Amino acid sequence: MKKVFIYLLLAMAALMFLYPFWWMIAASFSEERSIPTVQFLPARFTVDHYIGLFNSIPALRALLNSLFVSVAVTTGVLVFGSMTGYALARHRFRGRSLIFYIIIFTMTLPFQLTLIPNYILMVKFGWTNSFAALIIPGMLNAFAILLFRQHFQTIPQDLIDAARMDGCSEFRILFQILWPLSVPTLVTAGIITFMTTWNDVLWPIIVIREENLMTMPQLITLFAVGGRSMAQIGMKLAGATLLAAPILIAYMIFQRHFIQSMAAAGQRE
Amino acid sequence: MPYLVHVLVFVLFPVGFSFFLTFHNWNIIGPMEYTGLANYKRLVQDPLFFTSVRNTLVFLLLHIPLQLILALGLAVALNRQVWFRAFFRGAFFMPVVVSRVVVTIMWQQLYGFETGTINRWLGVLGMERIGWLTDPAWAMPSIAIMATWKNVGLYIILFLVGLQSVPPSLYEAAQLEGAGKWQQFRYITLPAIAPTTFVVVVLSTIGGFSLFIEPYVMTGGGPLNSTLSSVLYIYKQGFFYYHMGYAATLGIIFALMILLVVFVQRRFLEKNRP
Repeated sequence: MKKVFIYLLLAMAALMFLYPFWWMIAASFSEERSIPTVQFLPARFTVDHYIGLFNSIPALRALLNSLFVSVAVTTGVLVFGSMTGYALARHRFRGRSLIFYIIIFTMTLPFQLTLIPNYILMVKFGWTNSFAALIIPGMLNAFAILLFRQHFQTIPQDLIDAARMDGCSEFRILFQILWPLSVPTLVTAGIITFMTTWNDVLWPIIVIREENLMTMPQLITLFAVGGRSMAQIGMKLAGATLLAAPILIAYMIFQRHFIQSMAAAGQRE
Repeated sequence: MPYLVHVLVFVLFPVGFSFFLTFHNWNIIGPMEYTGLANYKRLVQDPLFFTSVRNTLVFLLLHIPLQLILALGLAVALNRQVWFRAFFRGAFFMPVVVSRVVVTIMWQQLYGFETGTINRWLGVLGMERIGWLTDPAWAMPSIAIMATWKNVGLYIILFLVGLQSVPPSLYEAAQLEGAGKWQQFRYITLPAIAPTTFVVVVLSTIGGFSLFIEPYVMTGGGPLNSTLSSVLYIYKQGFFYYHMGYAATLGIIFALMILLVVFVQRRFLEKNRP
């Protein structure tokens, strides 16, 4: 009896979490006027909303922009984050603990504090309306550095010493010897960075005004807010579906990694 | 060290510059004008600032308890031998990975007054329709419910990790002492997962102060400013009116509030630890 109750509870909860997604997809394939009647299946199936979306806003361009920016930021975080983490974990130099405290400090800083000055910085650098504004400030973050530092501390010193004896440069030690041993850490930092960059919308809205440079979340947001989508619910939902699709597909394939990475990130706070 | 340069330019300099800005009036294009404490004086007298603080409190007072109950309840239900466990976990976690924009657009339709799915079901159950996003008393709670739906999957996972770290021997010992299920939960489980609870509360608090896209897309801060969030207000002052000095002041005050609230929560947790 108790078992039945628990399954009932879980099934109802699962329905609550899955149904809105299902509804969004079904409604995005329904004729505009019949969207209010959609319950489980598309009413009067049509792909017009998707065609209309690609015709009225540069959605394909925005998807490519998002992909480019997210890949660039993720690469930057993995390369520079592991370099900094390696230096902090394995090198002794003056000011090391000071830098460590700076990193902890920056992690506790709410972003509200740096939003305005960072925007002014972009204006002064002349980076507004360029990918530089989207990529460069995000290329290093404290979370990834701490993650790599912690991981590199567990690697035996003998291994690094042996590599140095063989005349390996520090870069080769890091990228050819340590990286292959750090796949789980790379995956965690990679997934978190890629996902946050792909989903971010506040920063792009602030620094990008030119439609051709917009990322997908920004383009869809402005489309949903601006007058162009007036009474075009189907197109809004089609845009949201397109924005969610890549990350949802990635999630379905790498579900376990996503959950573990996010849990690791959450506990760190 | 590229890190040093990066942190100097994009973190430490902005922090200092932010404080500098609060003593000035500036619209970015024209010259900067020194105004002393005028921005702070203005803030204390700004009704919209207090509205946004109140809205954030309304959000947090609903969001945090809802989040804790749902996350802990579902985590406890999942933390036993159940079939399809991976499926349930995967379903609960799905809203976590998509953008807030997606969730907002989706829920805007679900919340619709005339034809929204939720109101239609309420009608089936014989209840009155609710103006989820059009009634000033409901708008912020609606956003809080949506945010709970979006984030609770992550907290379920965190609680699951916490629950699994409780040594089973504790429960066995309690059973020998004759403690009931509820007593075990109250005196063993809850204290053991207190650190996780703290993390969830802190993350939810930060989330409450970071609301932006939800009101921006759904309500534009309305009706009657009832969903004007802190970040939306900073955004409006900075990028609508170009009051950079005042926007920076708001940023600093909200940041201090977050740190203060988190500090108080930490003290509260430590005091109540057995």
